[in-house]
Amino acid sequence: MSKKYQTPLLDELKKGKWPSFVTEIERAAEKSEMTDDLLGQVEQSYKERMGHWKHGGMVGVKGYGGGIVGRFSDLPEKYPGVKEFHTIRINQPSGFFYTSDILRKIVDIGDKHASSLYNFHGSTGDIQMLGVKTSELETIFQQLVSFGFDLGGSGSALRTPSCCVGMARCEFANYDAMNICYNITQAFQDEMHRPIFNYKFKFKFSGCGNDCTASIARADLSVIGTWKDNIRIDQDMVKEYAKKMNLHKYVTSKCPTKCMSYGETGLKIDDSNCSKCMHCINVMPKALRPGVKGGATILLGSKAPMVSGPRLSMVLVPFYDVAEDAKNGYQWFRDLIGKIWEFWDEYGVSRERVGELIQRVGIGNFLEAIGLEPLPEMVSSPRGNPFVLYEDYVEVDGEQG
Amino acid sequence: MTDETKAQLEEAIVNLIKEFTNRKRFKPGDIVKEMEMKFSASGITKDDIKIAIRDLTDSGRLIYGYAGGSFLSLPE
Ligand code: HEM
Ligand code: HEM
Ligand code: SF4
Ligand code: SF4
Repeated sequence: MSKKYQTPLLDELKKGKWPSFVTEIERAAEKSEMTDDLLGQVEQSYKERMGHWKHGGMVGVKGYGGGIVGRFSDLPEKYPGVKEFHTIRINQPSGFFYTSDILRKIVDIGDKHASSLYNFHGSTGDIQMLGVKTSELETIFQQLVSFGFDLGGSGSALRTPSCCVGMARCEFANYDAMNICYNITQAFQDEMHRPIFNYKFKFKFSGCGNDCTASIARADLSVIGTWKDNIRIDQDMVKEYAKKMNLHKYVTSKCPTKCMSYGETGLKIDDSNCSKCMHCINVMPKALRPGVKGGATILLGSKAPMVSGPRLSMVLVPFYDVAEDAKNGYQWFRDLIGKIWEFWDEYGVSRERVGELIQRVGIGNFLEAIGLEPLPEMVSSPRGNPFVLYEDYVEVDGEQG
Repeated sequence: MTDETKAQLEEAIVNLIKEFTNRKRFKPGDIVKEMEMKFSASGITKDDIKIAIRDLTDSGRLIYGYAGGSFLSLPE
């Protein structure tokens, strides 16, 4: 197919050994006319160093307040193909598992009704079907529903909960991230499809401290796997590793809490000082494994805005016994979420994320409202902050604060 | 909540949005607060109001829009 536009700047992005989104868009343009205009508009943006997309508007499917991200060209006469170029967010299955059959069905819809461009997967978790005209939204939605899919979240709502592959594929998982993610998604359908919050709210579930969903930076509520007992050590395998690499250089000296040592008597770990960072286990997965008393740490408050700078989550519940709560349909977790949302609803202002609200009103007021006891673990680095006051909690158990 | 109060609540929501067409964008949370005040005497709860919003959007009498935040509006 001959090119509709000359795109010298985009062509630069096809060079080199890495995959190129330009190459992929060109391939999609063979199937979709609108995608040609996408290349034209993006080339113009690169030339002028200026975006030509408008956001928002009245785009959606009947009854739903989210799931469609509205995108319009501000040069619709010049590039009619991208006059409307919306994104449909499709709620992914837990852990991103698909059959090839269902993938073909999904992309067939996109080839027929959209730009043939997809995003598997952005950090929201969802499948994103790009380049949809307003008139096609309802048709695509109905077809997706007929295969058992539903829209994900967007707008001032619960965003699609997402998780790592967890126990399905990963030996490091300390709890069943896929199961809780699925359960919570089902439990909060209204909050996802009918925006009623001050702003967005994201859950992400990672099975261990490697945090493959980047939840600590990208979720208002992060659930990150950890364990209570000791790291399991296979001393024979440790010796095998020692033959191939310098354990001091690559393992023990890199332990952030300096709680491990290696010598004549093998590898020793002072587990009471281990922060479950996963470093040693990642380096020697055949010799070390997380303990058997798995669970998760619940953290709150991160966000990743491009303009005003990111925030990381802070610890809210140091150890959450996920398996125990699972027996009860995660009721404890759901109640905790309910209390957090109530507080946010009552005291938050428009476009204020829950982490910003806590920063504004103070962690003490927040904990009191949701009924959690303050704990030293809630401070990101207690010994680095001289302004942490333990109030009357010190007297309660008569110990040094 | 009786069927009659529910109908009144739904009418009140639609009328509020109608009255402020092109002047104010009501976020669903704003509607809940407005209706809690207006119907405080008839014992209507937050959840009742959320259900009313759900029924209104399901039936297409109201639709959602987005402009930096989600809001409710009459269909065009
Ligand atoms: C040079 C052009 C662009 C830049 C630099 C850019 C940048 C970004 C960045 C940094 C994110 C956040 C990514 C993440 O959190 O995973 C994002 C998300 C997104 N962008 Fe763009 N974008 C561009 C063009 C577009 C276009 C052309 C569209 C659609 C017409 C688009 C639609 C989206 C959507 C739907 C998301 C949400 C994805 C998600 O949350 O996973 N963007 N963009
Ligand atoms: C605009 C004025 C001031 C600013 C911006 C300022 C800022 C600071 C900062 C950032 C610290 C470090 C706090 C920390 O350890 O995290 C500090 C410590 C300190 N400041 Fe100031 N300060 C100001 C005025 C004063 C004045 C007027 C005094 C004494 C009359 C003072 C006495 C001290 C002392 C003694 C410390 C050490 C406290 C400790 O380490 O426990 N400061 N100040
Ligand atoms: S977060 Fe941990 S458990 Fe989950 S996939 Fe990554 S390494 Fe495995
Ligand atoms: S998990 Fe991290 S903190 Fe714990 S022993 Fe290994 S390296 Fe040290």
